Amino acid sequence: MPNPLTRADVEHVARLARLALSEAEIEQFTVQLGAILEHAARVAALDTAGVPPTSHPIPLANVLRADEPVPCLDRDVVLTMAPAAEDGRFRVPRILGEEA
Amino acid sequence: MTPTGDELTGRSAAELAAMVRHGDVSAVEVTDAHLQRIAALDGDVRAFLCVAEGQARAAAAEVDGARGRGEALGPLAGVPVAVKDMFCTKDLPTTCASRILEGWRPPYDSTVVARLRAAGAVVIGKTNLDEFAMGSSTENSGFFPTANPWDLGRVPGGSSGGSAAAVAARFAPLALGTDTGGSIRQPAALCGVVGLRPTYGRVSRYGIVAYASSLDQAGPFATTVADTALLLEAMWGHDPCDSTSIPSAPEPVLASLEDGVAGLRIGVVEELADVDGIQPEVRAAVESARRLFEKAGAEVDTVSVPSVEYGLSAYYVIAPAEASSNLARYDGVRYGLRAPASEVAAMNAATREAGFGAEVKRRIMLGTYALSAGYYDAYYGQAQRVRTLIIRDFARAYERFDVLLAPTSPTTAFELGAKTSDPLAMYLSDVCTIPTNLTGACAVSVPAGLDGAGLPIGVQVLAPALGEAVLLRAARCLEAGFNFTGRPNLGRSTLGEA
Repeated sequence: MPNPLTRADVEHVARLARLALSEAEIEQFTVQLGAILEHAARVAALDTAGVPPTSHPIPLANVLRADEPVPCLDRDVVLTMAPAAEDGRFRVPRILGEEA
Repeated sequence: MTPTGDELTGRSAAELAAMVRHGDVSAVEVTDAHLQRIAALDGDVRAFLCVAEGQARAAAAEVDGARGRGEALGPLAGVPVAVKDMFCTKDLPTTCASRILEGWRPPYDSTVVARLRAAGAVVIGKTNLDEFAMGSSTENSGFFPTANPWDLGRVPGGSSGGSAAAVAARFAPLALGTDTGGSIRQPAALCGVVGLRPTYGRVSRYGIVAYASSLDQAGPFATTVADTALLLEAMWGHDPCDSTSIPSAPEPVLASLEDGVAGLRIGVVEELADVDGIQPEVRAAVESARRLFEKAGAEVDTVSVPSVEYGLSAYYVIAPAEASSNLARYDGVRYGLRAPASEVAAMNAATREAGFGAEVKRRIMLGTYALSAGYYDAYYGQAQRVRTLIIRDFARAYERFDVLLAPTSPTTAFELGAKTSDPLAMYLSDVCTIPTNLTGACAVSVPAGLDGAGLPIGVQVLAPALGEAVLLRAARCLEAGFNFTGRPNLGRSTLGEA
């Protein structure tokens, strides 16, 4: 059985999920997620030895089509919805800030 | 004589399409009647995030023009359809009721919306939902909650609560929803309308914003089973743009709708008919449905599907896990909100913190945890194995039965705010609908009458994957038997004075 959720767990998961949670949210989620995980842990008690996992409900695999070019979305139309764009590209703040 | 607005908004989609085709009324008149009803009453219900007044009139005028030129009209020509704001629409904002997508205009139409437009349907607006379809009450909308037309102090259910409320309020005879854990069937039950979740892969997911990709499926809302079938036939079928779309052609459903249930074997799922916390009137409605089936010549027996009791726990690992991955795309780079920051990782985290609501963050956290090193197998792997057990249990049940019967929601509509502080209590309202999402099969909620407080009750019919024809035949039998003709008493005096 997994350990009960700690505040440090919540902070760690928030970093993985790229969520800058507030102090109040960290406290609230530590309690709420713990309760939900406790409920979810009911499935951990089931004997599933030898049972294969289902990741997808229908048996479709390797769906292929002919490799022929088809029209795609118009770049300029797509970029009009971007928070920032420049020279036909998405513009973002610097990426290597921490290492710089 | 031209029918008045109120007469038009009381009609089924099939009737409206026939009237437009015969020239008894114009598509513009039909659209205007519904727009007027929305303008008069949606201030109370708040089913719509966006009403497409201009676009809807233009689409209706096109239908009238095509008719005037003697062109063949599509099966939904001139019929207003309300669209859950999870479907991309080129001419209307698509927000998923999230601040992170506020104002976003997709560069393309979802396949389903494109098909409905091609069938002549008039998109009348985009409906409210729980943010990114995460919730069971529409209270998790990032903009405002929607009220249940039967009692404005209660929830319409969710996550497709705006669509269910819009149909119940006769703002549109048809609506689109998505159902990942019950998000079509549960609000249909709480609002007294019909709601169908089709077999996974039968309806294209292209252009529908992803929540949990192995569970998401779009489907119709309507006031009658026949209208539900009509809308389903206009929206389903293979789509090369969705690699999970089933290639085979669907079996028509409308043609066999009146074939009855004589000789069908119908199983009442005992674990769901007697689920914890079930309202006695809901249990009684399932019993009534059982008797209606027997009277119509079906062989009915109870059936045990023991693993369904683990469905909720498995779902609340699998769906958040898939959501945490799908929602990684909202990073402030390509569309939607961007919070200012000097460095990109900080920008991503600040954008997501500012743009997502509490329930979305909760599920992203839950899913990220369940997929993280050290916990993956205990939670996610185990939930996937339990999913297999549930699929096997239903396969065994379908060796003996053609369709199954269960409640849709354990209770009728609850009060606004009743469950917002207790996420787990909210999740429990999906207990009867979740198994179908895990198995990938189809199920429908049919109105069964009202409880003592005057609130609608829904009963659910379930069928195996690709079983929509037999499913809707059984639903039609219940519809005829229950003969539910009630309508919410929404602002009747206001309209009378208008």
